[in-house]
Amino acid sequence: MTESIALLTIFVLAAFVGVEVISKVSSTLHTPLMSGANAIHGVILVGAIIVTGAADSAIVVIVGLLAVVLATVNMVGGFVVTDRMLEMFKGPGARKKELHK
Amino acid sequence: MIPTWAQIGYLVSAVCFIVALKALSSPRSARTGNLIGAAGAVLAVIITFAAYKPDHLASILIALAIGTVGGVIGSRRVQMTQMPQLVALFNGVGGGAAALVALVELGDVPSDATVAAIATAFTVLVGAISFSGSVVTFAKLQELMTTRPVTFPGLPVLFVASLLGGIALAAWLVSDPRVWVGVLLCLIGLAIGVMLVLPVGGADVPIVISLLNAFTGLTVAAGGYVLGNTLLLVAGTLVGAAGTLLTKLMADAMGRSVFNILFGAVRGGSTLGAGTASDRPVISAGPEDVAILLGYASKVIIVPGYGLAVAQAQHTLRDLVEELQSRGVKVDYAIHPVAGRMPGHMNVLLAEAQVPYEQLREMDDINGDFKTTDVVLVVGANDVVNPAARNTPSAPIYGMPILNADEAQRVIFLKRSMRPGFAGIENELLYDPRTTLLFGDARDSLTKLLTALKTV
Repeated sequence: MTESIALLTIFVLAAFVGVEVISKVSSTLHTPLMSGANAIHGVILVGAIIVTGAADSAIVVIVGLLAVVLATVNMVGGFVVTDRMLEMFKGPGARKKELHK
Repeated sequence: MIPTWAQIGYLVSAVCFIVALKALSSPRSARTGNLIGAAGAVLAVIITFAAYKPDHLASILIALAIGTVGGVIGSRRVQMTQMPQLVALFNGVGGGAAALVALVELGDVPSDATVAAIATAFTVLVGAISFSGSVVTFAKLQELMTTRPVTFPGLPVLFVASLLGGIALAAWLVSDPRVWVGVLLCLIGLAIGVMLVLPVGGADVPIVISLLNAFTGLTVAAGGYVLGNTLLLVAGTLVGAAGTLLTKLMADAMGRSVFNILFGAVRGGSTLGAGTASDRPVISAGPEDVAILLGYASKVIIVPGYGLAVAQAQHTLRDLVEELQSRGVKVDYAIHPVAGRMPGHMNVLLAEAQVPYEQLREMDDINGDFKTTDVVLVVGANDVVNPAARNTPSAPIYGMPILNADEAQRVIFLKRSMRPGFAGIENELLYDPRTTLLFGDARDSLTKLLTALKTV
């Protein structure tokens, strides 16, 4: 099996998994789910680090570093904002925290 | 070649992402799910540093720190009401990052690797579309620009021309991977993104965010193919597939097709609505009269909307509801799937005000109850109770499922002014003889109502 066929296989299987895992979600959770999925594609950060780390010209390093910053904002911000949203769905614990603010 | 332990580590990350998405689909496990996703992402980054031993380590770490500070500050400071546009922005920068990664990779794509070259071209083009499209959705939601559909003569022609130009450039890039062609492709992608989102009306923007989210997922997947990185491939595909399904679910909840949302205004199929305040007569009343209506009802349904959130009146509303309940009035909240700015947004806002989860009832569940309801209190909502969605085929929101507030005995609107809702169309229900309007800021009106209620 050549590498590209292996990658294609992974792609197709992952597509089915992606559809399956969220097929039974209530509309209440659409927003946090979208936000969480949004954070997950922040892993492009991995790609940004790889290309920057292998760069040998200044311009490529600069573009790569810009990609690292953007991807980090996507990933970190995405997970933090999703957590903030979901924090609201909690019961008495969250209420107490609110009072301490 | 990446060492085996790193491959296995990436696999663990990928599993984390799948578990995270699964857990995010249920209210009980959602928060844990998000943390699992974050753990997977952190693991992936650590593995990448260890396995690839990147050069320019110090600069990369500084860039990471800058991004982390930016992301944390942005997401901590944002008001919950502004969260949809923040998600749009985060999505946009992710797409932008993917496009930049692919641009950089262009120099290294071997000339005989056709599939890799196609994937690179795809990432550049779609990443750029996702970036500029997200920026426009941000501007629309933040109301930096008009929320109404923007079209101009020639837009469809220009759009199709750009799309064809983009495809032609992409084909060129595949046969001859030059960086400047990639830059050109990137620019055309930016233009396409803007033209894609401009004609979308404000109320439909959340669906576009979801669609662009799926786009970014696919670009990340394509980027993973280019780099031969299985984690990017799996994570990107997961988000792409889940995002596409989510977009469809959201569009279904609004009774719209994705095609219509994107191209409805361009085709001239939807009227843009009146947009201005009308001077037709309405019945308005003071807080005391409204308090009597509410206090002596036996069943009340609250329809909260974005206006409630803007006025930060969730807490006051909860107090009012508690007062009504202590008088023996049965009160429910009717939550339209797209109440607020995004599906589920209103649930988040009311949960923030510690409204018990059981009192929030979804549209399909509560719609049969309006017939037997004495008073419907609409707070800062408009389009979600607009009967035009049922009766006026020319209305932009026609076909969207609405809350049947018009079936109740009485309807009370708390409104700031007669300005039409986010979709920019008149609401006939406002002129109904059974409707009473209480003008003013939502928090102000609710406070007055609460005071008045204690004396009647």
